[in-house]
Amino acid sequence: MNASNAWPLWEVFVRSRQGLSHRHVGSLHAPDAEMAIQNARDVYTRRQEGVSIWVLPASAITASSPADKDCLFEPANDKIYRHPTFYDLPDEVKNM
Amino acid sequence: MNMNERFEAYIASDAKIEPKDWMPDAYRKTLIRQISQHAHSEVVGMLPEGNWVTRAPSLLRKSILLAKVQDEAGHGLYLYSACETLGVSRDDLIADLHSGKAKYSSIFNYPATSWADMGTIGWLVDGAAIMNQVPLCKTSYGPYARAMVRVCKEESFHQRQGFQILLALCNGTEEQKAMAQESINRWWWPALMMFGPRDEDSQHTEESMRWRIKRFTNDELRQKFIDMTVPQAELLGLTIPDPDLKWNEERGHYDFGEINWEEFYHVIRGNGPCNKERIAARQQAHDEGAWVREAALAHSKKRAAQSSTHAA
Repeated sequence: MNASNAWPLWEVFVRSRQGLSHRHVGSLHAPDAEMAIQNARDVYTRRQEGVSIWVLPASAITASSPADKDCLFEPANDKIYRHPTFYDLPDEVKNM
Repeated sequence: MNMNERFEAYIASDAKIEPKDWMPDAYRKTLIRQISQHAHSEVVGMLPEGNWVTRAPSLLRKSILLAKVQDEAGHGLYLYSACETLGVSRDDLIADLHSGKAKYSSIFNYPATSWADMGTIGWLVDGAAIMNQVPLCKTSYGPYARAMVRVCKEESFHQRQGFQILLALCNGTEEQKAMAQESINRWWWPALMMFGPRDEDSQHTEESMRWRIKRFTNDELRQKFIDMTVPQAELLGLTIPDPDLKWNEERGHYDFGEINWEEFYHVIRGNGPCNKERIAARQQAHDEGAWVREAALAHSKKRAAQSSTHAA
């Protein structure tokens, strides 16, 4: 089988129970979305790990580049005033 | 600091490497070799057990064995996916298995000739695999570590069901107990070989330890396995086939006899009892499944074409 005949790659997300969000669990190959869900059922939920599955083509994901890590995430480092613990309040203020 | 030094420092701080991060070629190559070898072992490992699915002694044992074999398939798939994040294709990985370029665990080149072997494989072979795999949950490459967390969660059932098969045989008739003993006699030494060559003969250990791919050496894991397993054998009332096996008070470990390294290298080089049969079975399954893969792809392409015509 050459590369153009290979089944595309799908990323699999599973909701473990109602009330929680879907979480990335891994990936698999399948010819189409329907088969990807079938395969995901067998590969990732053999022990009641989920109640709902999302699959999406791996090629549809746009990821940030590791090289941009600093310029994307560093600006948050010096903004500690965004956290509640930054503010010292008198003890008389009990719960805030 | 150049890229390489930065990478070494980063790894030394126990941080994880993710697929898109820069990594030295040698790190990538080592991971591809190890993860693919691991994936192939899971897949080839289905063969000796699949052999007993139709001959399991009860419906429950058959269901359990089927579930175990299905888990091995799943483990192979988690690991192939992890390996592909390093930029290698699934087709290439499988082609390397079939051509003999990629290795898999030598243990699966031994035949499973009795029902007791299903017990021994679970207890000793999966037991040794767990010993190897638990530290891999903390390996430096993120996708590999995450796959191993899933594998380890499932592997514990494999070992316990195996021990329970042996327990049933050991509490059974004389013949059943003899069957269990005969099985241990055949599998004990190959199980010890699963940890790989001695540390001084292992060409990959030093580098893999520095890169935190491996967290313990082969000899450390082998000793740990023996120390854990001997009391379990005593519980079963089975004799481990090693006259030199003896508790060493001073070391706080069991001393054990010399492994037949000639046999180990003989099997690795492709001359074990089942090497050719295992690869032939994989190749046959791959070839005979080709039409299914092609038909599924043709079907999805046709449907995609139809829905785009409807949309227009």
